[in-house]
Amino acid sequence: MHRIFEALVTGLAQGAMIALVALGYTMVFGILKMINFAHSEVFMMAAYVGLFILTALGGAHSPWIAGIGGTVGAMIGAAALGMLIERVAYRPLRARGRGTRLSRITPLVTALATSVFLQNAAQLMFSAKFRPYPRLFEQTRPVIFIVAVVVMVLLNQLVKKTWFGKAMRALSSNEEAARLMGVRTSRVISMTFAVGSGLAAVGAVLYCLDQSQVYPTMGVVIGTRAFVAAVLGGIGNITGAMLGGLLLGVLGEFVKLTDYSGGVDVLVFLVLIGVLLVKPTGLLGSTAGEKV
Amino acid sequence: MIRTVHPIRPAVVAPAGSSLLEVSDIRVRYGGIQALKGVTLRVDSGEIVALIGANGAGKTTTLKSIARLLPLASGTIRYAGRDIASMSTEDLVDAGVALVPEGRAIFPNLTVRENLELGAYAHRNAIAIRETLEDVNELFPRLGERMNQEGGTLSGGEQQMLAIARALMARPTLLLLDEPSLGIAPKLVAHIFAAITAIAKAGVTILLVEQNTRIALATSMRAYVLRTGEIALQGPSRELATNAEIQAAYLGG
Repeated sequence: MHRIFEALVTGLAQGAMIALVALGYTMVFGILKMINFAHSEVFMMAAYVGLFILTALGGAHSPWIAGIGGTVGAMIGAAALGMLIERVAYRPLRARGRGTRLSRITPLVTALATSVFLQNAAQLMFSAKFRPYPRLFEQTRPVIFIVAVVVMVLLNQLVKKTWFGKAMRALSSNEEAARLMGVRTSRVISMTFAVGSGLAAVGAVLYCLDQSQVYPTMGVVIGTRAFVAAVLGGIGNITGAMLGGLLLGVLGEFVKLTDYSGGVDVLVFLVLIGVLLVKPTGLLGSTAGEKV
Repeated sequence: MIRTVHPIRPAVVAPAGSSLLEVSDIRVRYGGIQALKGVTLRVDSGEIVALIGANGAGKTTTLKSIARLLPLASGTIRYAGRDIASMSTEDLVDAGVALVPEGRAIFPNLTVRENLELGAYAHRNAIAIRETLEDVNELFPRLGERMNQEGGTLSGGEQQMLAIARALMARPTLLLLDEPSLGIAPKLVAHIFAAITAIAKAGVTILLVEQNTRIALATSMRAYVLRTGEIALQGPSRELATNAEIQAAYLGG
């Protein structure tokens, strides 16, 4: 019983972290209908930025200052990187490809290319070796869970209550209609990349506090899981991404209680396939039909 | 009464009767075909002008071109004395032009209230939002009862009311309406056109695209008939309503 409870707590912490990263995929998909495959690399870069700032601020000697400073610094860095990627890799294609048949495929290819580029850039800049992350707290998991939940509550407020949030949801629902309201789409897209990347940065620092290491390919593992979480919850749906992340996290920890602990990822994909077979739009995804 | 004074923008200096919108000889290619072959029309301040014609005549293309959603091949569009050919849709909204698009294009997964608030995105003025919400409530009481419902749950007629109300939230000077009667129960059509008349009375100039020729001519002061991308006829609506050619082609004899 105690083991099950512990697995639940760990799973929720893991899941909340996955959810933070999944939100970036789902928000960008919501407004651009494309998968930003470079998102996992923003996560990785944010982990490095976090590590450097955290260490500079004294690491384990001043856990609160280092933790908060590192997280905020990583968020700023990630937001800048996310906006830069959108500006350089996606926007030019969007402007040129508007209305053409391949307008959705082309940015997907540049997204993959950006991902590969950033991974290699990280290897060049930071070398391929694993770097240890300072251990800031005795009990990391409750911290992870609480921080992740607070951040998601804040995001919910941002999306529901602010003009940016309303503009983002309008844009995701109908681009032309949003423009007819006076919404500057480029600005909202930029902001969405910034917010999504910032969330990934929080996830990255939390992930590193838990796993105690960073390396240039770390984005692949968590990125895949977060992507699956986003699709599972219904891609484009923010609550869905949170739910998908938590489900995956808890599921993963429960599997570790059994003899098949190596098969977590297999199970994750089995669940994904199962859900998509029954509900192709994901758990909370919807297909809004037109009404007469 | 519908309050129409914009909270930030100075009132457009176009006294009643002077021209607010001047479209001169615009040509537009759309989907590989020449959709507009030189359309010229004028809307004076305070008027309701109708643009009628058969399916595919270029009515929606004309409105979308005015709203700067489509590039012009040639010709000019002047609004309140300014050339707007190179303006963006978003800037034009700020300048006071609101389009209620064909098919309504409300945001189905946002609540009615959120849809309306987004209509005010261009000025985001809290007082103007509160006032227009009251006005809209009076104009379309059915919307007021459904403020917290998602837009997608409304009936077609209610969605059309929402789309018009959303455009009013921007406090427009010029309102472009694309087929407000499309796919709507006849009873609601009368209600919506009564609202359009009330909006015009409040001082909003209206360019109305409509397939329902009868109601369009009854509501408007002047009208243009568009045929395969060109203006075929124009004149006071009352005269056009008795025109033999129009009666045969659009009013069913």
